[in-house]
Amino acid sequence: MSAKREPVERWRVAAPVIVAVAVLALWQAWTVLDDVPTYLVPSPLVVANTLVTDAALLFASLGVTVSIALRALAIAIVAGVAIALVFVQSRWIEAAFTPYVVLLQVTPIVAIAPLIIIWVRNTEVALVLCAVVVAIFPIVSDTTLGLRSVDPRLIDLFRMNRATRWQVLTRLRIPSALPYFFGGLRIASGLALIGAVVAEFVAGTGGQGAGLAYQILMAGIQLNIPRLFAALVLITVAGVVFYGSTVLLSRWALRHWHESQLDERQ
Amino acid sequence: MEPQRRADHQGPSLSAVPSPVEGAQAPAVHVARASKTWPNGTRALDAIDLNVRRGEFLTILGPSGCGKSTLLHLIAGLETPTSGALAWWGGPFAATGDEGRRLAMVFQSPTLMPWARVDANVRLPLALQQVPRDDADRAVADAIGLVGLAEFERHWPRELSGGMQMRVSIARALVNHPDLLLMDEPFGALDEFTRLRLDGELQQLWRKRELTIVFVTHSIHEAVFLSTRVAVMGPRPGRLIAEIEIDEPHPRGESFRLSTRFAGHAQRLSQLVAQACGGEAGDGAPPNAAP
Repeated sequence: MSAKREPVERWRVAAPVIVAVAVLALWQAWTVLDDVPTYLVPSPLVVANTLVTDAALLFASLGVTVSIALRALAIAIVAGVAIALVFVQSRWIEAAFTPYVVLLQVTPIVAIAPLIIIWVRNTEVALVLCAVVVAIFPIVSDTTLGLRSVDPRLIDLFRMNRATRWQVLTRLRIPSALPYFFGGLRIASGLALIGAVVAEFVAGTGGQGAGLAYQILMAGIQLNIPRLFAALVLITVAGVVFYGSTVLLSRWALRHWHESQLDERQ
Repeated sequence: MEPQRRADHQGPSLSAVPSPVEGAQAPAVHVARASKTWPNGTRALDAIDLNVRRGEFLTILGPSGCGKSTLLHLIAGLETPTSGALAWWGGPFAATGDEGRRLAMVFQSPTLMPWARVDANVRLPLALQQVPRDDADRAVADAIGLVGLAEFERHWPRELSGGMQMRVSIARALVNHPDLLLMDEPFGALDEFTRLRLDGELQQLWRKRELTIVFVTHSIHEAVFLSTRVAVMGPRPGRLIAEIEIDEPHPRGESFRLSTRFAGHAQRLSQLVAQACGGEAGDGAPPNAAP
């Protein structure tokens, strides 16, 4: 990292923080000065306070939702990459199955979720499955694209050296696909969380395994708006952490070579 | 994959055609009335006859779009001719890759794997052929030393300049001691100074390793400086117009570049290229060789 770049880097962190602080301050000022009732819009301080007082309840639910999203993401990665690997074996296979993958993608999850929940007896499995359906598409499409986006001259070079199909796959196609895969992963990580929350809404599972969506639902019914906001904050933070982790992972994996990770030309 | 580019060299038309000379004296490559028509009907090459002699530095010279690269791809076995045939050391393509019949290619761009360090890139041909690690280590170090990049073994491709990346590409081509080195306008994208230096280094490598080289270029100066023989091609459809011997002693240096003999060869090639383009002086290769 050169000295020239550091101020820019600092701004990238500082600018959004300043915006956040300003918005929170304005929000706080507005609720206090305008005397907005808490059951309509709670002030940031009230929300923060609720986060502390309802911590046990909320964080338990957060754990449930995050656990569903993470399991769904893991399954989406494994299944999505496997599907992409099958797709690139032949144009026929890809042509035959792509429409159904797209079908899965364009059908709203709220429309499929009730079916999945009816068909799959175990609610938790059903929730994970819903989130997988939402998260898998970007992994499949981006990884497929990546596995195909190989420098044709490198393919020629491998052919001239009598490379086997397996060698072309492991030494050429998979490394070439990594940047695309990570692009898909970034989107999929957010979608897995959204899928988990939507599925929880539809399933409406309460009790011990209640996720954040259930808390939001109940808080809405009970007009416990501060708790609703607190749950919302937790979902948002979880989403940001998901996204951030995939960005860091991608940066680490591609740090030496990919254009997207280069600071400057050397 | 790319079915139209699949090279299937088991075909009877190829293995059945003998070269004019069999056995040890067969030319490195024998091209017999080979033509290439693309699936869209474009005729890229028209009945090419050409021998690549062992140990020579043969340059294929011509304006852009005259089928130079297509001819090189036929020789590399990356394309099959639509009609006609090729023989490698008197045999079919399937027999290449063995000792004494090895091919290697250097492309227009360095074509390195960006995710692999310099040494891993150079090692690729050996790794694909599962050469034992110790032998491979030695060969990789040799090849990298040969192109003067010993200190950069553990660098990433993006940390190198264009000229250095091209040297890595050459080291990769030399690592398994090819008997025939094919080069497709390798220095075309480099600046003039780097290009002149690499031309000089390539000439040394050719002598030191006793290589057979087929070199494609659209630079008349490069052709005269490097080659023992130049095959001039013309466009629409791609065809061979003339084969010119550059009968000058090696090593060639700056004094040769500045000599009247150099200018003479250049002028002759320039006229041939101009004729090939139907008398027009343009078409991608301005005959600017006459000093």
